[in-house]
Amino acid sequence: MTSTHDGIAEVREVDRIVVRFAGDSGDGMQLTGDRFTSASALFGNDLATLPEFPAEIRAPAGTLAGVSAFQVHISDHDIHTHGDAPNVLVAMNPAALKSDLGKVELGGTVIVNTDAFEERNLSKAGYDANPIDDGTLDGYSVITAPMTSLTKEVCKDLGVKPRDAERSKNFFALGLVSWLYTRPTDPTLLWIREKFAGKDLVIAANEAAFKAGHAFGETAELSASRLAVRPASLPAGTYTNINGNTALSWGLIAASQKAKIPIFLGSYPITPASDILHELAKHKNFGVRTLQAEDEIAAIGSALGASYGGHLGVTTTSGPGVALKGETLGLAVSLELPLVVIDIQRGGPSTGLPTKTEAADLLMARYGRHGEAPLPIVSANSPSDCFDAAFEAVRIALRYRTPVILLSDGYLANGTEPWKLPDVDSLPDISVPFAHGPNALDEDGNDVFWPYARNEDLARPWAIPGTDDLMHRIGGIEKEDNTGNISYDPENHGHMIDLREERIAKIAESYPPTPIVGDADGTILLVGWGSTWGAITGAAGRLRRAGHKVAQVHLRNLHPFPQDLGPIVQRFEHVLVPEMNLGQLTALLRAEYLVDATVIPKVTGQPFTAGELVARIEEMVR
Amino acid sequence: MTDTATTKKDWSSDQEVRWCPGCGDYSILTAMQMLMPEIGTSREDTVFISGIGCAARFPYYMNTYGMHSIHGRSPAIATGLALARPDLDVWVVGGDGDMLSIGGNHLIHALRRNVNLTILLFNNQIYGLTKGQYSPTSEVGKVTKSSPMGSIDTPFNPISVALGAEATFVARTHDMDRAHMQAMFKRAHDHKGAAIVEVYQNCNVFNDGAFAAITKKDARTDMLINLNHGEPVTFGADGQRGVVLDNGVATIVDVADVGTDALVVHDETAPDPSVAFALSRLASDRESPTPVGVFRAVEHADYGASVDVQLAQAQSDRGSGDLHDLLHSLPTWEVS
Repeated sequence: MTSTHDGIAEVREVDRIVVRFAGDSGDGMQLTGDRFTSASALFGNDLATLPEFPAEIRAPAGTLAGVSAFQVHISDHDIHTHGDAPNVLVAMNPAALKSDLGKVELGGTVIVNTDAFEERNLSKAGYDANPIDDGTLDGYSVITAPMTSLTKEVCKDLGVKPRDAERSKNFFALGLVSWLYTRPTDPTLLWIREKFAGKDLVIAANEAAFKAGHAFGETAELSASRLAVRPASLPAGTYTNINGNTALSWGLIAASQKAKIPIFLGSYPITPASDILHELAKHKNFGVRTLQAEDEIAAIGSALGASYGGHLGVTTTSGPGVALKGETLGLAVSLELPLVVIDIQRGGPSTGLPTKTEAADLLMARYGRHGEAPLPIVSANSPSDCFDAAFEAVRIALRYRTPVILLSDGYLANGTEPWKLPDVDSLPDISVPFAHGPNALDEDGNDVFWPYARNEDLARPWAIPGTDDLMHRIGGIEKEDNTGNISYDPENHGHMIDLREERIAKIAESYPPTPIVGDADGTILLVGWGSTWGAITGAAGRLRRAGHKVAQVHLRNLHPFPQDLGPIVQRFEHVLVPEMNLGQLTALLRAEYLVDATVIPKVTGQPFTAGELVARIEEMVR
Repeated sequence: MTDTATTKKDWSSDQEVRWCPGCGDYSILTAMQMLMPEIGTSREDTVFISGIGCAARFPYYMNTYGMHSIHGRSPAIATGLALARPDLDVWVVGGDGDMLSIGGNHLIHALRRNVNLTILLFNNQIYGLTKGQYSPTSEVGKVTKSSPMGSIDTPFNPISVALGAEATFVARTHDMDRAHMQAMFKRAHDHKGAAIVEVYQNCNVFNDGAFAAITKKDARTDMLINLNHGEPVTFGADGQRGVVLDNGVATIVDVADVGTDALVVHDETAPDPSVAFALSRLASDRESPTPVGVFRAVEHADYGASVDVQLAQAQSDRGSGDLHDLLHSLPTWEVS
């Protein structure tokens, strides 16, 4: 559907676009992408984002290693992923073009900052000739703009030094792209004034660059059409655009409020989890204590000590940190104390790809302690779902007096989506009582306190230091059930092993029924966990529209599994498990249910796209 | 509810003590159990946290709250507890392996941060529980199962390490003098901030007599240099031997040769730990005159207090946290 607009260019309405901003690390692509996203969110589009940073803080300027990108998928309907291939690439320098041109759909639009396409930059990017005019861009709709020089020009009369003006070129790009895709400009202008308040020259430069870019779009004779994406019809409510780490942090705070105990976070900075430490450190007025510990082990150790004292002990990390925390996790299993361990997964093994996403820590979460040391595992499936997943992890830790591992990943951590804010009054009370008095009788009929006596959940009492008359000692050595005294008795050890296993298994009794989305009576079941939810949901929808009968189950609780999961997976002809590892959930399903589940692996540091899943699934069920 | 008068028995748990007969840990335990009724804190507000080792069995024998945790990690676990619960007395007990080998990192950070903990380091210069390997405080040349040709490791001096970490309370005592141990434990307990007391402890099975040359009753006068705040550092039956600083190095002299005015006057409260550090270097083996007592006792804000100041400040600046406001703190929009 087209219409004339301003009499200058047609505006074509599309239901979605995928825009990718790419430039040198210092070019402000994250900021540009973030502002474009924000304007789109406020406009009412549904959206999903994928920021892609290089691992180095500052790779040499102009090199491929220094390319930083931000991709945003904007739509007028409910979308779940950052998009398959971008329709639009904004390349601020040759390295960005070299790196990302291959991702753009054929016939897509490429916008280049021609000023950056000079000999030195071209050579650093590995180009022998200028791709703008040597045919490389044939087949794409190309928009060229001398962004740097136009930005410097428009800033000349403002008293801004040319060096500083150059830094505003990302706002020129933003202005241009905002015009092309009919984004509202007021949110960006307002943001510039607020963000740089007090720095008048910076405000002036950024505003001028933004308006110049916008005007350039309007006045230059651009061959590409303008696109408009209508607002999506999302459920009514108050929305905010949230990333996973922030949602997770707020979920922890919400849970601590509803549990009526303060958070103690022991944490060591590690990509991509550090932002949770930063966020929680800002909220001391919620009684949150954060300790930036000397190492990963002190981080979990201090959290465990705080839980022993009756606080909500939390520790946040990524894969390498979970590996270090294994022994302390085992102690928490033996002590049966609440503890939330959050793993924002990233590419491994070893240092791996710190800024790229992966989900290959599931088996480590399941088995990564010596001995039989079971603990529950929760995972998040979208940026906003990180709030609910955090709340659930706390609920389980407190009720069952157990460490819990919460799995998220880099994609969710930094990706954003619109989130319908929950009503805080409707969040459930998840507080649990501390022990107050004797709970047993000794052989002489005297009241005693047994630290390892059991309730109907098989959970032991949470008796915190400072409580009169309940003095007792706990430790990592095997203990006699009920009394908690050290015991090497063979039968007791066997009993305690079984008991710890059973207590964790019983957690499944507290789950709601497992939802099956789609054709529950079909032949294909897609089982997923974590951030693959978006791509699987998108793929399932496309497969159904193509005539397949596809059911989808996405697991929030990975251990124990839901009690109704067995009958579900056992009745489908094809049980396919897309996951960002070589088959970890697949292995667990096969072992637990003797079902011939098949993995659809992707371990490249990138999330699945719905399109590639559709292709692979169709191949597998042919 | 605080206890009314308690006795040693009230502070002793019902657990049968499992240390080897003749172990130095017994006398340390007795000293503690007899001291506690005087210490002024109730049993329910007292917590002993240990790691792994013979020394680490200590919490099981005290009728207080206690956690026998994992090797080397007790200072970290205790830090979390102390920050969450400033109302408790948190003691940390461990040996030379637990505190200085695997736990070295956590120890120095707990000291550096000045977390309000009372840390007892039972130094027997050997690994007892694992049956006799050398430790980070064992002397060079020590022959053990893991060093059959003699240890080639230069040992730590725990007092020097603690002072290097700028611990605000540092003391040394030994397992043969109950009154001295109790005096040190009491002062360490009363200190606000991180307090560490090294206790020379005899492991009669794997390293018997390691300290006998300086701690035996008849040796002490000539072999232990008692540090007393405000007094010149002297020792010997008539105080005839003393300590001077010779180019910053603590040196033992005959007082008659230099005169009392030349002697180091011990100042526990000196802001800079340099002189205390120099004193800690006096003995590099357990055959020479060795300083004991309080090396340093300075007042600095303890870590937990600083944490709480920031929490209170945040509260007063922004009011109590409101969950609804938090969720609405980024730009929002309505969909109707």
